[in-house]
Amino acid sequence: MEYLIHICVLICIYVILAISLDLITGYTGMLSIAHAAFYGVGAYIAAIMSLNLHSPFIVNIGCAATLSGLLGLLVGIPSLRIRDDYFVVATFAFQVIILSILNNWMSLTGGSMGLSGIPQPQILGFRISSHLHFLVLACLFCILILWISLRIAHSPFGRVLKAIREDEIFAQAAGKNVAAFKILVFVIGAGMASIAGVIYAYYIGFIDPTSFSVMESIFIISIVIIGGAGSLWGSVVAATVLVVLPELLRFIGLPGAMAANIRQIIYGSLLVAFMLWRPRGFLGNYGFHR
Amino acid sequence: MGDKWFEVHGLCKNFAGIRAILDFSCSLGQGEILGLIGPNGAGKTTFFNIVSGFIAPDRGQVLFKGVETTRIAPYRIANLGIRRTFQDLRLIRQITVLDNVMLSMPNQPGERLTKVFFRWSNSRKKDGENRSEAMALLAKAGLAEEANIAAGDLSYGQQKLLSLVCCLSAKAELLLLDEPIAGIAPEMIRKILKVISSLRERRMSVILIEHNFEAVMQICDRVIFMDLGTKVSEGTPERVRDDPKVIQAYTN
Repeated sequence: MEYLIHICVLICIYVILAISLDLITGYTGMLSIAHAAFYGVGAYIAAIMSLNLHSPFIVNIGCAATLSGLLGLLVGIPSLRIRDDYFVVATFAFQVIILSILNNWMSLTGGSMGLSGIPQPQILGFRISSHLHFLVLACLFCILILWISLRIAHSPFGRVLKAIREDEIFAQAAGKNVAAFKILVFVIGAGMASIAGVIYAYYIGFIDPTSFSVMESIFIISIVIIGGAGSLWGSVVAATVLVVLPELLRFIGLPGAMAANIRQIIYGSLLVAFMLWRPRGFLGNYGFHR
Repeated sequence: MGDKWFEVHGLCKNFAGIRAILDFSCSLGQGEILGLIGPNGAGKTTFFNIVSGFIAPDRGQVLFKGVETTRIAPYRIANLGIRRTFQDLRLIRQITVLDNVMLSMPNQPGERLTKVFFRWSNSRKKDGENRSEAMALLAKAGLAEEANIAAGDLSYGQQKLLSLVCCLSAKAELLLLDEPIAGIAPEMIRKILKVISSLRERRMSVILIEHNFEAVMQICDRVIFMDLGTKVSEGTPERVRDDPKVIQAYTN
């Protein structure tokens, strides 16, 4: 039962990561490889604040989202002056920088040893201690972020995002400040990803840089593509499937080392298969194209 | 405002040393339809790109209602009331016809993120009003039945008509139409020309790039013939048609 709840918490975390990236990549068409960096920034801010300042959960999650959003702004403003492929490279660079900071700023981040002993969060005097408590917490945030994303996606604001993805020139000719929309959605996505990081840090109680690597960014992109770019519910379904699938391998009784490698193979072949036969993903309406 | 309504003075533009526009000037009054004709490469589309802000001119200025619009962002120019269509027909093909029209409308509270979460009912109400307005425009253009299909599924002619309706929904005062009837069926041509002529009564002005001379003769109040980036001839459609310089340029 504990194990099942653990899987569900992970699903919630990846749903948050996937829908926030879907707003950026699926709706607006900006392929970002920096999502795990924002995820990591959230996790480390929560860990550092709770370990050193003993500040409460609510304050930490607010700080993480704000700082991550500001970082998103910092990356966004110069990056959005460049186009398509160069944006991919710029976000990749940011991902590498963040990871190297996490690895090397020993006094703050603990380097490759990471940070451990993150205390259990307390919300309004209630201590979140069991797995089940965490599941409720993760679910609440997951639902909140899904609600926010759906509201954005189905508003006139979301209509402009889709227009930007399809034809920036037309969006400009229709009187839309394309750069402002892009920066705004990038900042929102970055803030949401950091919230997933905060929940992860508190839940596991120990974080190190390997959880926020480029591979993690690519994993999140895979979820978005397999779920269907521009389909929030698709992201929810794909996050569930891609988290559960490798866990099933355990039941076949494969040794751990082998299972980890097979996991990569599964993601790789799934991506190729979807690209070939169903480029629009599970629930998407649009092919992922640039 | 008469002739001061829309003015262009001494526009120049070179692309990597190749002359696109040289010392081009013109003016336009409210409710006037101006035809811009000339051979390929005459600089007509470059002129549109400069007026709509997508290209900055090397020299010269564009004044709209006394305000200089040269070198300001395209989206600002669009919101000032100058809208354009594109020769290569731009639309958002993956969203519905209705959404294309609604997208083009200015001043939508629902496009401000704060208004998506606060005072949402107000934004929704405005969006509903925009929806009925857009439907009315589509009905008038004969596209009501196609309102909920993807814009990319329309016929080519219908897509051209839709891009015109998008401009109308913007409550623009000056429309720049880049070959609105090129490559479409005669029936649709009549339909589109009817829409364009009807703009006169709404005090909207049009600059029209078109190779179809018959259509230009039919709906334009005034015609400018351009060649190699300069104005060769200007006047009533008949005068430009009979101008020896124009005939010579075409026979070349």
